[in-house]
Amino acid sequence: MENTTFLVVEDSPTMRQLISFSLKRFKNARIIEAVDGVDALKKLSGERIDLILTDINMPVMDGLKLVSLVRQNAQLQSIPIIIITTEGAEEDRERGLALGANAYISKPIQSSHLIKTISELLSTGAIG
Amino acid sequence: MTTDDYNRKGEKFLELFNKGKEFTEELLKENQRLRYRLASMEATGTPVANQEEIQQLRSQIQNLADENRRLHERFREVEEENKDFASRYVEIEEQNNNLANLYVASYQLHSTLDFREVIQIVQEIVINLVGAEAFAILLLDEKTNELKTIACEEEKPWTGLENLTVRWGEGVLGKVAKSGEAYYVNQDIEGGEITFEKPLAAVPLKIKEHVIGLIVIYSLLQQKDSFSAVDYELFSLLAAHAATAIFSSKLYSQSERKLNTIQSFLDLLTTT
Repeated sequence: MENTTFLVVEDSPTMRQLISFSLKRFKNARIIEAVDGVDALKKLSGERIDLILTDINMPVMDGLKLVSLVRQNAQLQSIPIIIITTEGAEEDRERGLALGANAYISKPIQSSHLIKTISELLSTGAIG
Repeated sequence: MTTDDYNRKGEKFLELFNKGKEFTEELLKENQRLRYRLASMEATGTPVANQEEIQQLRSQIQNLADENRRLHERFREVEEENKDFASRYVEIEEQNNNLANLYVASYQLHSTLDFREVIQIVQEIVINLVGAEAFAILLLDEKTNELKTIACEEEKPWTGLENLTVRWGEGVLGKVAKSGEAYYVNQDIEGGEITFEKPLAAVPLKIKEHVIGLIVIYSLLQQKDSFSAVDYELFSLLAAHAATAIFSSKLYSQSERKLNTIQSFLDLLTTT
């Protein structure tokens, strides 16, 4: 789990920084940030990304649309995706997972839980 | 059956019988030998094994049993220590997480002097770190001595938070502002109805002893049942950082406004 490149898609700078801070526990982690779904797709086209962490509620393009587009793209569809959101209802969770996300984490996030989820996904090489 | 068959069977039986006889004779001989040996040992008083050796072996067994018991006890102790370390690790991990949250929150809060931006950051923190769903940020108007909403996040049934006005020292919120002591209702223990006047939590925005406003929480995110012990600590620390960030950005915007006014006035004087 070294030299992993993460894409953090989040409109809140505070949350972006908080998630990035947690990801620094992975040795030589490279963190790329995007402010919404459209920005994320741009970054995905130019970078090799190992794992995507995305919020749901974002302007321009939300996280669910991003998950769905990534899963439809032959070159990107194997990238594991974690949704991190304030939407904690079971139906939201099911919707996110049904669209192809590999994990769904409700805010407020616990860093240890996030790290554990990422480690599991990277070690199993999960594909949505 | 023919005569030959009978003969063969007879021979076989005889053979078996002879073998049995030989075996019985051998057994009798062995028995006799052992009897003789026992009798001679009894007669000479020879011990079956050396008494000293037996004693040594017994003592060794005792030592080994003691050692075994000690090892079991040590194992239990180490196991307990291990459990203790594991739970301490979880606690430290949690503390680490909280410190990281606090670091990021304070870093963000002090990253700008733009008043609206600071308020936006406070809102983000209250939602994402505290897990609040409906809440209001109230600031003190020193002219009217009233606390008024400057930002809020509404969620049914908590609508109308934008128009919240509280008199200094009156009601639960006014008293929180006056005393500078945070107010929390733990619904799990206390139950009761949450109202505009009696929220889930009210935390004063305090710079030293000077209260400049309140963060009032009416409901938490669906996935967060209640405040945890750590939340109170984190919330108070965040409120302190938020207070200085709000206050300094407010002062900055006021001074900037005044500077602009003076500059315009000077420009007017120089041009006439």
